[in-house]
Amino acid sequence: MAIEGLERILAAHPLFKNMAPEFIDTLVGCAKNIRFAADTYLFHEGDDADYLYLIREGRVALEISAPGHGRMVFQSITTGGVLGLSWLVPPYRWRFDAHAKEDCRVIQFDANCLRTKCAADPALGYAVMMQVMPEVVERLHDTRVQMLDLYRART
Amino acid sequence: MTGAATAGPVVIDVAGLDALIAALAAEGREVLGPVKRDGAILYEEIGTSADLPKGWVDEQAGGHYRLRDEGEAYFGATLGPSSWKRILHPPKQRLWRTEGSGDETKIVEEPRDTTRRAFIGARACDLAAIAAQDKVLLDGPFRDPHYAARRENLFIVAVNCTRAADTCFCVSMETGPKATAGYDIALTEFEAGRFLAEAASAAGATLLGALPSMPAKEAEEAQAEEAIGTARAQQRRIDTDGLPELLKARPDHPRWSEVAQRCLNCANCTMVCPTCFCTSVDEVTSLEGPETERVNRWASCFTVEFTHVHGGAVRPGAKSRYRQWMTHKLGTWVDQFGEMGCVGCGRCISWCPVGIDITDEAAALRREGG
Amino acid sequence: MVPVIARITRATRELSDTVTFEMEVDGWSGFAPGQFNMLSVFGVGEIPISISGPVSDSTKIIHTIRDVGPASHALASLRAGAVLGLRGPYGVPWPVEKARGRDVVVMAGGLGLAPVRPIIYELMENRDAYGRVSILYGARTPEEILFAQELGQWSARLDVSVEVTVDRASEHWHGHVGVVTALLRGIDFDPEKATAFVCGPEIMMRFGANGLTDLGMKPTDIYVSMERNMQCAIGLCGHCQLGPVFVCKDGAVFDWATIKPLMRVKEL
Repeated sequence: MAIEGLERILAAHPLFKNMAPEFIDTLVGCAKNIRFAADTYLFHEGDDADYLYLIREGRVALEISAPGHGRMVFQSITTGGVLGLSWLVPPYRWRFDAHAKEDCRVIQFDANCLRTKCAADPALGYAVMMQVMPEVVERLHDTRVQMLDLYRART
Repeated sequence: MTGAATAGPVVIDVAGLDALIAALAAEGREVLGPVKRDGAILYEEIGTSADLPKGWVDEQAGGHYRLRDEGEAYFGATLGPSSWKRILHPPKQRLWRTEGSGDETKIVEEPRDTTRRAFIGARACDLAAIAAQDKVLLDGPFRDPHYAARRENLFIVAVNCTRAADTCFCVSMETGPKATAGYDIALTEFEAGRFLAEAASAAGATLLGALPSMPAKEAEEAQAEEAIGTARAQQRRIDTDGLPELLKARPDHPRWSEVAQRCLNCANCTMVCPTCFCTSVDEVTSLEGPETERVNRWASCFTVEFTHVHGGAVRPGAKSRYRQWMTHKLGTWVDQFGEMGCVGCGRCISWCPVGIDITDEAAALRREGG
Repeated sequence: MVPVIARITRATRELSDTVTFEMEVDGWSGFAPGQFNMLSVFGVGEIPISISGPVSDSTKIIHTIRDVGPASHALASLRAGAVLGLRGPYGVPWPVEKARGRDVVVMAGGLGLAPVRPIIYELMENRDAYGRVSILYGARTPEEILFAQELGQWSARLDVSVEVTVDRASEHWHGHVGVVTALLRGIDFDPEKATAFVCGPEIMMRFGANGLTDLGMKPTDIYVSMERNMQCAIGLCGHCQLGPVFVCKDGAVFDWATIKPLMRVKEL
């Protein structure tokens, strides 16, 4: 598949929409366009967090399992969303399971590749952080609201 | 002492006052006026001038109310804990009751109170309070039919204050001490037992015209004005300039926390306040059968259940409740009804067990940082 | 101020703690979306309940009630054939007519779907009068999705976008999991020519309305439905005051521009 095609796909994804074209050029080398079939796992809790995923199409459920609880879903990521934050910070390990609920088309970034390029070029690193941080902050805000359990009955 | 057709003010004495009370009673009216009972001035049924608190004056301050024996005036004492609200918007009002049960249930509306009444001795601030409650309970998209009925059948004899309690501030609130509207006859006791009397309505003029009276002399009119001037001078003051906007703009002023440390949430202020109108609705069941009643009763924004919603109270403590009461009374009441809800009667100051003074609080809230 | 007698003609269990009644009342002349009735269980009490049926059918009155307190418990326990007291309709309605010719966003959470259901019925019945229609709904878990069957029916329409999310789920749920405001990024509408109706717990309405203004909507084009302690429903008992407004007669529906500054003051 042509690298140019992937550049255009990246630039269209909400996470990279505002990024300078030369930065996208640099990052595209870390990216691959791949598919996950419905009901497969993109990663499991405890695995090395080696990837960042941009969801082009589909839905992924973030789950955690425990005996007696089965698999509990606390977040779903869908079209245009960002999957995977644990690659950003040591120890680079997934905390949760990512379960494709339908056929998904994703852009998979090799996290080692991303981290190395960001370390080598602080300007690129900063640009990547500025694109990812809003996602992290919004995720935190939303999660806090979810924690409040607003729809439970209060007498 | 003949009854002259009154074009201008007249002077009546105690005999004239008794004749007035008798004439009102003869119209089939329940005549209510100030009486001294349990150490306070209350508005209750009177038969003659002998029932009035002659020779008593009130001494009021924050958290303080006393009556003392001084002079011979009939209307020397100003206000007690009760206002005319107790009669017009009573503490309990049944709205409806059910008869039968199940499929046979019928709802029976409470009939209107058609009692004809007369108020003797309504002060200017209390007249302003009645007018304020009229705006709330009669002029909105919905009216209170029971209040409306009681207002219908009412004859009011106002009394202009010739002395003020230390807690009065009607001058600042522009509601007194002289009555200007909302009454049929106004009396000014310019000398103990002698009253300058003026009619303000056709009914008032007719009644006044039938009483034994003398045309008022200029000197007597001047005396009456001077006496009212005494009441004007004796008061505390509140600066109302820009007050509504100021209160609404300072919900986080430290003063609210400070007053919260003193306020007991006892709700006395709302009960004695002549304009407070809040009520709660109770479902009252009978042990004998399936019948039930719906009853309106006085409520207060100082209680924990007042703002109860799922999960708890919107206003959980004294800070937000005192803020609500004061901001409403002197601020948002203007947005709702076009005027402030406070008439400067000062009852809330006297009857607050810890003497919280709304005029002091207003001054403190003007200051930055409390 | 005095109720009339209403009779329940049908009771449908929606969720473990929520029931919908169809009622008839002599002389009922209809309502506007967002209005509520005061429902009395004789001997227990009276509470405000939004009318949740279609405006276009004035032969019956539909209410959805959640069992959360003594009065709602007594109400929710009634069966078809029972009689109760009814006063209303009261309240300022959703200004659905303002949405004509514009894109419409309906965002609801939990029981908040009931007061907006009359809007949705109107949108479905007169679809051509409106632009793009998006319905966003958030529930606690998949088992607590209100009106699930109808959501499915509306979702099946090709001319309406329906997205449902839950706060958490088991692996059997294949839909969205997350806050309802996160659904905003997936809908297609012109924020400058849209009208939004937001209804649910207050925090959800705050986040929802702010999410919509973040996308470029004007606060005067966003409507919320407020809830306070209501007893008389006619602006005389004073309980429902929120700053200068009486929620029962100046609301319960308000535009966001009016409510936002009032919501900012804690314990107002």
